[in-house]
Amino acid sequence: MSVFHRFANPNRFLKLTNQVLPWVSGLTVISLAVGLYMSFFTSPPDYQQGESVRIMYIHVPSAWMAMFVYTSIAIASVCSLIWRHPLADLAAKASAPIGAGFTFLALATGSLWGKPMWGAWWVWDARLTSVLILFFLYLGHMALMHAFEEQERGNKAAAVLAIVGFVNIPIIKFSVDWWNTLHQPASVMRADGPSIDPSMLWPLMIMGVAFKLFYIVVLLIRIKSELIEAKLRKYRRAVVDKAH
Amino acid sequence: MGNSLFQGEDLTCIRGGRTVFLGLSFNLAQGQALILEGPNGSGKSSLIRMLSGLVRPKLGKLLWQGQDATKEPEIFQSHIHYIGHRNAIKPVLTVLENLAYWSGKTKDDPSLDDALDHFRMLPLKHTPANLLSSGQSRRLTLSRLLASERSVWLLDEPSVGLDVASVALLEEVIKTHRSKGGSVIFATHSPIHVENPNRLNLQDYSPLYNKELLAIENDEESWI
Amino acid sequence: MKAFLNIVSRDLRLALRQKSDLTMAVLFFILTAMLFPFGLGPEPNLLARIAPGIIWVTALLAVLLSLERLFLADYEDGSLEQLILSSTSLEVAVLAKVLAHWLTTGLPLILAAPLIALLFNMDSDAMTILLIAMILGTPSLSLIGAIAATLTLGARRGGVLIPLLVLPLYIPTLIFGVGAIDAAMNSLEAGAVIANARPHLLLLGAILLVSLLITPLAGAAALRQSVE
Repeated sequence: MSVFHRFANPNRFLKLTNQVLPWVSGLTVISLAVGLYMSFFTSPPDYQQGESVRIMYIHVPSAWMAMFVYTSIAIASVCSLIWRHPLADLAAKASAPIGAGFTFLALATGSLWGKPMWGAWWVWDARLTSVLILFFLYLGHMALMHAFEEQERGNKAAAVLAIVGFVNIPIIKFSVDWWNTLHQPASVMRADGPSIDPSMLWPLMIMGVAFKLFYIVVLLIRIKSELIEAKLRKYRRAVVDKAH
Repeated sequence: MGNSLFQGEDLTCIRGGRTVFLGLSFNLAQGQALILEGPNGSGKSSLIRMLSGLVRPKLGKLLWQGQDATKEPEIFQSHIHYIGHRNAIKPVLTVLENLAYWSGKTKDDPSLDDALDHFRMLPLKHTPANLLSSGQSRRLTLSRLLASERSVWLLDEPSVGLDVASVALLEEVIKTHRSKGGSVIFATHSPIHVENPNRLNLQDYSPLYNKELLAIENDEESWI
Repeated sequence: MKAFLNIVSRDLRLALRQKSDLTMAVLFFILTAMLFPFGLGPEPNLLARIAPGIIWVTALLAVLLSLERLFLADYEDGSLEQLILSSTSLEVAVLAKVLAHWLTTGLPLILAAPLIALLFNMDSDAMTILLIAMILGTPSLSLIGAIAATLTLGARRGGVLIPLLVLPLYIPTLIFGVGAIDAAMNSLEAGAVIANARPHLLLLGAILLVSLLITPLAGAAALRQSVE
């Protein structure tokens, strides 16, 4: 009796994960170290913003990841609903808190960056506002996933929500941009425009790669621990059953 | 008879990470009655919900007139009528309005009166459902069986709340239904008498009660 | 189509016989909107300027309050199972339930909106646009809200969850709904009112179309999950 697809066999997946994990972890540490060194020491200060521009090397990759992880969750959700693949549910469940973490990081660094730039901790800038709404989408997803007695139902409901949210993100983004230009004529300076100097672009790109690798590492560890937990539950139950 | 109408092969149901039953097969022919037996928690309700198409089997097949309908429960859903624990009665609507809505008929359809009459509910026709006793509510729910005219009835504890006289009415209705070639599958703890029924004991398929199955379940490699 | 009308008329009849449900949203809408002058002061110009935002935000909250009961009663009394098993397509059934919800919640809000607009000193041009915007926008609120209502069936704290799920998705409707009226109020010539509000209204219409597509699919999927 095999309930799941061949490649969903958790033992096979665990084995593969254990092989891949050390390599990805190593790459993450290296790229993060190089990226941080370049961001803090070799890249030049901005001629207008001075040293505070270095926040960008954390802020921008975090904002990228916020969107990237949500996209991954939406893709996993489609797989979960169409093919009913149990690993897709686990991936979505494991991704959500990581994505929410990146989103929070983007908001916090955006606020820190905003203080010297705009003189306020929070400005209703179009990008920041969109990220804030994305943060609430994450919170809703996580809350829904854990709102049911039966985990399976939570997974499926959260999958539907993630897809609906994903379809809505362009609409939300567009409406917030529109709202912002109406109320606040473009006075906000954007540091991450297309005309960025290579000396700043390189550390930014490396940090971007490092963040993605970091996501993969944490994701694999989280899925692994979920699987081990399921195994434990099963063994515990077997012990209880024997005692009967 | 003999001709297979509704068939299940190797059905498996998993709920909350726990196997409720596995490897369950059954065969229902026209005019047959199948009684599901087994203690609480052996999965009678789960099986009935699976046969109604509300819950999809994790493993195994459902066949309607020999055609595989596991992935498309719509194939058999138009032929079955499911009655669960809950009555699906709206308290602010009258008895007749409740019945008319679920049978998709207009309120002046004579078959509705007929259905109500079989369960001695005709005098209460215009009573709002919130005034019904629990036994009367159950009888209203059961009269949907007659109004909706489906060939296979799936009844989960149909006699809950019914007095002896009402159970006799139900037995009578089932008898007439079978004589017209209809079939019925039901689970019950209080006796409902039907002529030469087939029986299916779910205890035989439940790992909770069957040590052999428990061993299979616990040895299984997939432990999600 | 017959099944669609059947569901709509049943839900309307249910709502009409339980009048408290019907009046709750409107009452909430009017009472909450009336609180703002007390909080902000009675200055007519200020009130007129913020009126669009207040009317839309309170209407949105009123809809939010009514969402939980949209599918919950059917879920709890077993009607939902029968609905899924009936020969009606579940997508059609979801649309029918949403239409009934809009007729008993959105429509009364639209009827009450001019009253609040009057209390807030809104001029007649702006009021016209307000009504058009609400006619285009409130159905989207019901449609999007229905998704959250179906997803939270059987959840612990479902009532608290719905606002969290729905508010981010309501923001575009709020932005364009308020934007349309703002644009109308800011136009200097009388003839430009419609022209200025037009893009906002078109976008509200676009959101309505997208919601009309998404809600039946997502809602039906969520309903099937809820009884599994």
